[in-house]
Amino acid sequence: MLPDPNSLAGPLDPAPEAGWSAAPPRMGFFTDTSVCIGCKACEVACKEWNDVPTSGLDLLGMSYDNTGALTANSWRHVAFVEQPRPAGHRTPPFAGNPTGGTTSPSSAAVGATTADPVGTEPGVPTGSPEAAARMSAGPEFLGMPGAQPPGRATGAESRSDFRWLMMSDVCKHCTHAACLDVCPTGSLFRTEFGTVVVQEDICNGCGYCISACPYGVIDQRKDDGRAWKCTLCYDRIGAGKTPACAQACPTESIQYGPLEELRERAAARVATLHERGVPEARLYGHDSNDGVGGDGAFFLLLDEPEVYGLPPDPVVTTRDLPKMWKRAGVAALVMAAAAVAAFVGGSS
Amino acid sequence: MSSEHPPVGDRFRRFRDGVAAGRDGGAVESAPGGGAATPAGRAGPDDRGWSPGSRRGGRGGEELRVPEAEFVSYYGRPVLKPPVWHWDIAAYLFTGGLAAGSALLAAGGQLTGRPALRQAGRVTALAAVSASTYFLIHDLGRPARFHRMLRVAKLTSPMSMGTWILAAFGPAAGVAAVAEAAPLLPERGVLGLARRVLPPVGHVAGLAAAATAPALATYTGVLLADTAVPSWHEAYPDLPVLFAGSALASGAGVGLLAAPAAQAGPARRMAVAGAALELTAAHRVETRLGLVSEPYHIGRPGLLMRAARVLTAAGAVGAVVGRRSRAVSALAGAALLAGSVAARFGVFYAGVASARDPKYTVVPQRERVERQREAATRSGD
Repeated sequence: MLPDPNSLAGPLDPAPEAGWSAAPPRMGFFTDTSVCIGCKACEVACKEWNDVPTSGLDLLGMSYDNTGALTANSWRHVAFVEQPRPAGHRTPPFAGNPTGGTTSPSSAAVGATTADPVGTEPGVPTGSPEAAARMSAGPEFLGMPGAQPPGRATGAESRSDFRWLMMSDVCKHCTHAACLDVCPTGSLFRTEFGTVVVQEDICNGCGYCISACPYGVIDQRKDDGRAWKCTLCYDRIGAGKTPACAQACPTESIQYGPLEELRERAAARVATLHERGVPEARLYGHDSNDGVGGDGAFFLLLDEPEVYGLPPDPVVTTRDLPKMWKRAGVAALVMAAAAVAAFVGGSS
Repeated sequence: MSSEHPPVGDRFRRFRDGVAAGRDGGAVESAPGGGAATPAGRAGPDDRGWSPGSRRGGRGGEELRVPEAEFVSYYGRPVLKPPVWHWDIAAYLFTGGLAAGSALLAAGGQLTGRPALRQAGRVTALAAVSASTYFLIHDLGRPARFHRMLRVAKLTSPMSMGTWILAAFGPAAGVAAVAEAAPLLPERGVLGLARRVLPPVGHVAGLAAAATAPALATYTGVLLADTAVPSWHEAYPDLPVLFAGSALASGAGVGLLAAPAAQAGPARRMAVAGAALELTAAHRVETRLGLVSEPYHIGRPGLLMRAARVLTAAGAVGAVVGRRSRAVSALAGAALLAGSVAARFGVFYAGVASARDPKYTVVPQRERVERQREAATRSGD
């Protein structure tokens, strides 16, 4: 059988491509961040169901986000972004008041150098202080967190308009999953639901998937050396149940279902939000023509993806693999020719 | 894990001390209140409100002098996970290339009657391929499971392909090297038979090793490029050429170190060819990739790349001008080997640095999105 011309990039139904016959419809997540309340029930439910080890407990200086990133020990990660701009409707409650950041650039810069020892590698790596300072980008140093909210002690003139973005991040279960493509042991595989799962009894911890993931999702546990990530609760969905995080989500920010249906629902939700005066609502990872062929877990965001720590235009690295092998072939021929010439040419 | 975890709030206290130190260190604090807000995500006038001295994890201060590209990030944290590979993989890039270069040198010596090149090449190839295997297995999270690599063969996984290339090359190089011991065996008995059989077997094995050597030297370029690491992936047209050149140069270095002047002619020509390939490809990697070329210039990787250029160029020149002097030839050989080591570590750590900084992920992708958006608007009009 000839491989699908889109087997490395482009729109594709991944389960039949991987060899499943009579595969069920592709299942996935639609995470609507506009209704996320940042309760982290998804993080907790995931840990409990999947028996994910503790990832430590400490403060990272990133708003209420002390998980930091998706790691081998955190398969759901709720991001918190504080922005000095009016929230929700176009009628700001403090119209005319000065606006400003919630942390000073200097706090943010120092915060970016804190790492959380979550027991995984690379885990939550330290960031760039310059970029962190720029993110906070406020004109005012509000001091250390005190007993009172920022602005209360100093009076109304220093209060700022403010909105809070929250997003529960997860493995994207890409149509073209670089982690799966590069895995040299076959430990990562495509399930009949079109999701991507690591078989922990096969994985030998080579770490290739970690460098290959364009979203920085998959990660390695230090104590057991293997790579771990979200399985989209393969055990639960196989039994017709909802994944633990979606089951626990109290606002239905995390929705689970057949991907086609979720995409329709998401398009309708964006239209509703635009109608209601939230023009910045946009979908991320829904487009099967994007660099990874569309995500199995996609999002509704209220700002640019990079604000949430997502890559703006991820591309599966193996899209360019045929060209890479060609270049390597040419280089190998040149190398062999150079060696032959070194011995044949010349007199000494 | 929980037993060795520091008390809750420990890092917060260190964080607070860090902020305090930053402020005491003459950091800029802006005037409170008033004024228009700086647009979120754009560089404001207050961005230098931290002290470079408070940064941890010695990545060198040089980066601070590079003009900042403006981009938005999530608390400055990297988007990608930096590679978990340690220095062993950089070392493997060198030893793998050295094994390939030496095997080619040995085969050439074998076919053109230059026993010094043959011997040195075969022994080095075996030593280097053994070291490679050690480095590769040692870097695994589960070294005892290394054989799991052999349960599949996947064209989409350069590491799988590399495993099989190594599995073909290693035994061939091993047999060729063992055959060099034939003259040491007694002339009679079973060992005497081995003494007569080994040289022709070694001949075939040496040629087999040389046939797989170019693949061994160049697949590592694909191994690094087939990742999301910006400075590796974007360099995919040049990395295999760079590594091929580096492998030839290191193989030639062995020949220059080991062979007498009468036999070293091919090693000299190989040194020049390898250095030319390596320097050209390195120059392209360092200049052609826009922002993601930057990690090849700054910090420790930049230092390594510059050292590689100087050492490789000096080695190639020394190989040509030192044709009458054994000492100059040996020095040139050592310089070529050192240059190859520096190039491999430079490329490796430049990639790691590019994955650690969100700038190299976000800025090129954002530019691509904007270009697509513009194109869509134009075609829509």
